[in-house]
Amino acid sequence: MTAVDERPAESAEIGKARRRKEDQRLITGRTKWTDNIVLPGMLHLAMVRSPFAHAKVTSIDTEAAKGATNVVAVYTAADFPDGMGACANAWPITPEQVTPDHLPMVTEHVACAGEIVAVVVARSAAAARDAAELVDVDYEELPAVLDAKEALKDEVLAHPDKGTNKSAFWRLDSAEAGTGGSVDEAIAKAREDGIVIEREYRQQRLVPAFMEPRSTVVDPTGEQVTMWTSTQVPHILRFLIAATTGMPESKIRVIAPDVGGGFGGKLQTTPEEFITLAVARKLGKPAKYTETRSESLLSAHHGRDQYQMLTLAATKDGTVTGLKVDLLANLGAYVAIVGGGVPVLGAWMFHAIYKFPAYQFNCQTVLTNTTWVDAYRGAGRPEATFAIERLMDELAAEVGVDPLEIREKNWIKHEEFPFVSVSGMTYDSGNYEAATARAKELFGYDELRAEQKQRRQSGDPVQLGIGVSTFTEMCGLAPSRVLGQLSYGAGGWESAAIRMLPTGKVEVITGTSPHGQGHETAWSQIVADRLGVPFDDVEVLHGDTAIAYKGLDTYGSRSLVVGGEAVVRAADKVIEKAKPFAAHLLEASVDDLEFKDGRYAVKGTDKGVGITEVALATFASHNYPDHLEPGIDADATYDPVDFSFPHGTHLCAMEVDTETGASTIRKYVCVDDIGQVINPLIVEGQVHGGLVQGIAQALWEEAVYDDNGTLVTGSFVDYTLPTTADTINFVTDNTTSLATTNTLGTKGVGEAGTIASTPAVVNAIVDAVRDRGIHDIQMPCTPARVWAALQSAGSAEVAQAQPHFHEEAANNADPGTTGEGSGS
Amino acid sequence: MIPSSFEYVAPTSVEDALAALAEAGDEGKVLAGGQSLLPVLRMRLNAPEKVIDLGRVEGLRGIREDGDTIVIGAMTTHDEVANSELVKEHAALLAKATAEVADPQIRHRGTLGGAIVHADPAGDLGAPVLALDAEMVIAGPGGERTVAAKDFFTDLFETAVGDGELLTAIRIPKHTGWGAHYEKFVRVAHQWSIVGVAATVKADGGTISEAKIGLTNMGSTPLRAASVEAALAGKSASDVADACSSAADGTNPPSDLNGDADYRRHLATVLTSRAVAAAAAG
Ligand SMILES: Cc1cc2nc3c(=O)[nH]c(=O)nc-3n(C[C@H](O)[C@H](O)[C@H](O)COP(=O)(O)OP(=O)(O)OC[C@H]3O[C@@H](n4cnc5c(N)ncnc54)[C@H](O)[C@@H]3O)c2cc1C
Repeated sequence: MTAVDERPAESAEIGKARRRKEDQRLITGRTKWTDNIVLPGMLHLAMVRSPFAHAKVTSIDTEAAKGATNVVAVYTAADFPDGMGACANAWPITPEQVTPDHLPMVTEHVACAGEIVAVVVARSAAAARDAAELVDVDYEELPAVLDAKEALKDEVLAHPDKGTNKSAFWRLDSAEAGTGGSVDEAIAKAREDGIVIEREYRQQRLVPAFMEPRSTVVDPTGEQVTMWTSTQVPHILRFLIAATTGMPESKIRVIAPDVGGGFGGKLQTTPEEFITLAVARKLGKPAKYTETRSESLLSAHHGRDQYQMLTLAATKDGTVTGLKVDLLANLGAYVAIVGGGVPVLGAWMFHAIYKFPAYQFNCQTVLTNTTWVDAYRGAGRPEATFAIERLMDELAAEVGVDPLEIREKNWIKHEEFPFVSVSGMTYDSGNYEAATARAKELFGYDELRAEQKQRRQSGDPVQLGIGVSTFTEMCGLAPSRVLGQLSYGAGGWESAAIRMLPTGKVEVITGTSPHGQGHETAWSQIVADRLGVPFDDVEVLHGDTAIAYKGLDTYGSRSLVVGGEAVVRAADKVIEKAKPFAAHLLEASVDDLEFKDGRYAVKGTDKGVGITEVALATFASHNYPDHLEPGIDADATYDPVDFSFPHGTHLCAMEVDTETGASTIRKYVCVDDIGQVINPLIVEGQVHGGLVQGIAQALWEEAVYDDNGTLVTGSFVDYTLPTTADTINFVTDNTTSLATTNTLGTKGVGEAGTIASTPAVVNAIVDAVRDRGIHDIQMPCTPARVWAALQSAGSAEVAQAQPHFHEEAANNADPGTTGEGSGS
Repeated sequence: MIPSSFEYVAPTSVEDALAALAEAGDEGKVLAGGQSLLPVLRMRLNAPEKVIDLGRVEGLRGIREDGDTIVIGAMTTHDEVANSELVKEHAALLAKATAEVADPQIRHRGTLGGAIVHADPAGDLGAPVLALDAEMVIAGPGGERTVAAKDFFTDLFETAVGDGELLTAIRIPKHTGWGAHYEKFVRVAHQWSIVGVAATVKADGGTISEAKIGLTNMGSTPLRAASVEAALAGKSASDVADACSSAADGTNPPSDLNGDADYRRHLATVLTSRAVAAAAAG
């Protein structure tokens, strides 16, 4: 059982809404963004990319480009007979997974538009770009397969040499695993005397669209090769460069300087990084590559792109008896670093906060001639959350009760924690009742329901809908043993070190690699409290494999939960290590000392010494115990014992203009339980940004290819990212049940807003028009799609029964209509 | 992205600009605010050898009265037009439409002349100048000529401004006391119009005596909704929906990610009646 608001005693720094110490340099840009780095004699790269989605390169003529002014070299894959490394897949989800080799530069076979066929090296970026236009490539176009459902047919093959587009099939079945009952039995029974809801939902393809385009600088001079790159994963990149190029790991230094956002999109080892490295080494000169925005939208990995076939079984009163998920995931042209694993993460999330007795998750991944797909904020969890939260609304409509009521009937009660889910996860803490009660209160739920009714009765052209999303997610990736069981290629631990400088300053070295999250501030707050030193005296170092020599980087809401715990443990080690020095200086026994507020005091006296004084004394080392090494620095590596499970209740009110189909957010309230909050301002920032990204999936964003595999949404004119002008003031709050799996009780917040908000928005839109017989609108819910749904809802011929996936049997009593818009 | 290299000149008079343009021939391109031209150059959709910047040309920027006409220099920025007291009083429709263009940053660089000559069918300023019966002043090697707005927009991104010519000013007959509204329909705030309706009406005690309506992105050029204008004359300002139902007649809107042609036709009727109602209300 967990209690709400059981916070630890008031502490000086943790919980304080400090402004982020890194923001001034990040916001003004007066910092080391990779593209700001200029080295003497540095050369510039421009990539020549395939305009075709699927093609054979028949010839490349580089002569004209080589002769252009200021061009130093033009290379194709043939110029690197020993290769240039490879973009690795770190998580083969099955031993049989079909994984096409992903080389940085195309040798012959182009598997998606934007693949690199040649690189121009010149003395300026402009000269490189000019000469890239002169490279003459002949292609023999091949038929392209773009859509996952088409790919499944294996008629057109993305990689003809593989003989199939199917990459892997992965299943989790609660009856087989012994974690629950048989889902087929549950569905069969529900068909007889219960409710079966069958739906197909589409998770459209998205572009992570981080603010700073990717950039890489490589300096091959000196003993070690140094690579500065705009990445989330400097440590993983260093390891994979060594593993795939044969360079000794000790000769490679990777630095992620300040990085302008990633959202998962920079959790990759990219062709561009390998090519820049290979060119710099070949020429022995520093080299830089910075992508254009168009290249970024086309060639940095994409996210989502799934079809979800869902069958939910319930009793007539709305108690869920089983959930079956059939997922079809489009991986794009290659299995990216964790591309195959991202949809599989949904396996532990589709049942969300509910007590489903039977569950089955099937995931088929397929290859297509599109940009490779990988983690995008939430990675597998937003997709799952969307599906189940949409389904719970459908069930509520079927039973004829309020969507919150149906959730409450099925969710885990707070006194039931710790709770083992039907997929075998142990939820350590949570309180869905508390978060929901608070959200309802802040939202004015009953008043808005009354207004909705009134607008419906008066036939107002602007209808009101209310959307609910009660989500949970698994954060803190990840216990290394669990990853091992899943054949993931690395562990999930994190590392930290603390150096006590003689001047009283404290250096904290973290293996996480922030790219906008504010680790410098949050880690400083934690260490300031732990060691009793001023916040401003703490310096946080990260992202450089020569300084932060051990780490597994930042993704999956892991940094605070795993990396923060490593920092806590390193600090505690420093306190222990310094104690005998303090005792020596105080001429007291170690047992008589207590450490508080940065001071070792001799119990019962006013004698004491500060930890920073001990640091200075051990630096001088003039006087210390014989049996000790002079030094109190410490490091720690922490392997999490389990995941953490943030949750929250999000409520969204949408106004739908039935004359135009336009949807406008009227009110958005979210109450998240993320455990202990270190810095409420950072949390609010993460939640706001996350909400906008999730709302954007619901309303605005979609990566669209034409039939030839050309990305139509290749610029921000067509890939409609929202700005502040498109959003409203969000109401955010927290309830707290501490995580039990780490010292501070933290759970992770980086992805919460994105995961929760998408279904809240779509549920609200559907709720606004459900009385017209509409039960789904495909994302993004553009005005055109909403309007089309409204048009077709009225006409009989477009009304169709719900899809059947597994049974020839008739569906439950009222099939309803689908008002799915055609979009365009 | 980096444009291919070009020569840059910044003349200080219309004569010098015309001379530079003549000299460059097909390889010359005029630069106004750069908000449409620079993206085109950076994406290498066009690679002129010479760019002639009008930024320092005397007399192309500013707004003045000339009898019954408001004269707006081609190089006047969107921000200046939107906030001009003269424009707000005598051509309120243009001020309101201009305030809806893009975002503040772009409105401080982009110019009315640039927008009109660029003639993007989704651009917001063609419809109001067409509705206001503006005249475009064009300077060329042979002197100056004036073209009515209805003859100015010839096709997608095509206008009456010929090779070697410059647009120098836009002359708008005063519509003092006319109500005006620009109804712009977008998915995200910084977008070009999916459909836009520019409406200005003269109303007398709740009755519309005259209405002028321009449509954005309902064809390859800005269009007038002539049948709606005719139907509105004499109508009560509180009951315009019927008269606006023919707004999409004779239009040929595009289909794209934001909606197909049918949807745009539907939008045009809804938005026209909203624009007219709002214009009549003030
Ligand atoms: C992100 C973004 C969003 C935008 N959103 C909108 C929007 O919502 N609505 C909208 O209407 N517009 C929008 N625009 C376009 C903006 O209004 C531009 O300012 C305008 O289209 C072009 O004006 P300019 O002064 O920048 O012209 P430039 O880009 O300098 O020139 C445009 C073209 O006109 C020619 N030209 C310019 N001036 C003259 C002249 N005096 N004589 C002859 N030829 C000339 C140039 O050679 C060029 O071909 C947007 C632009 C951007 C970048």
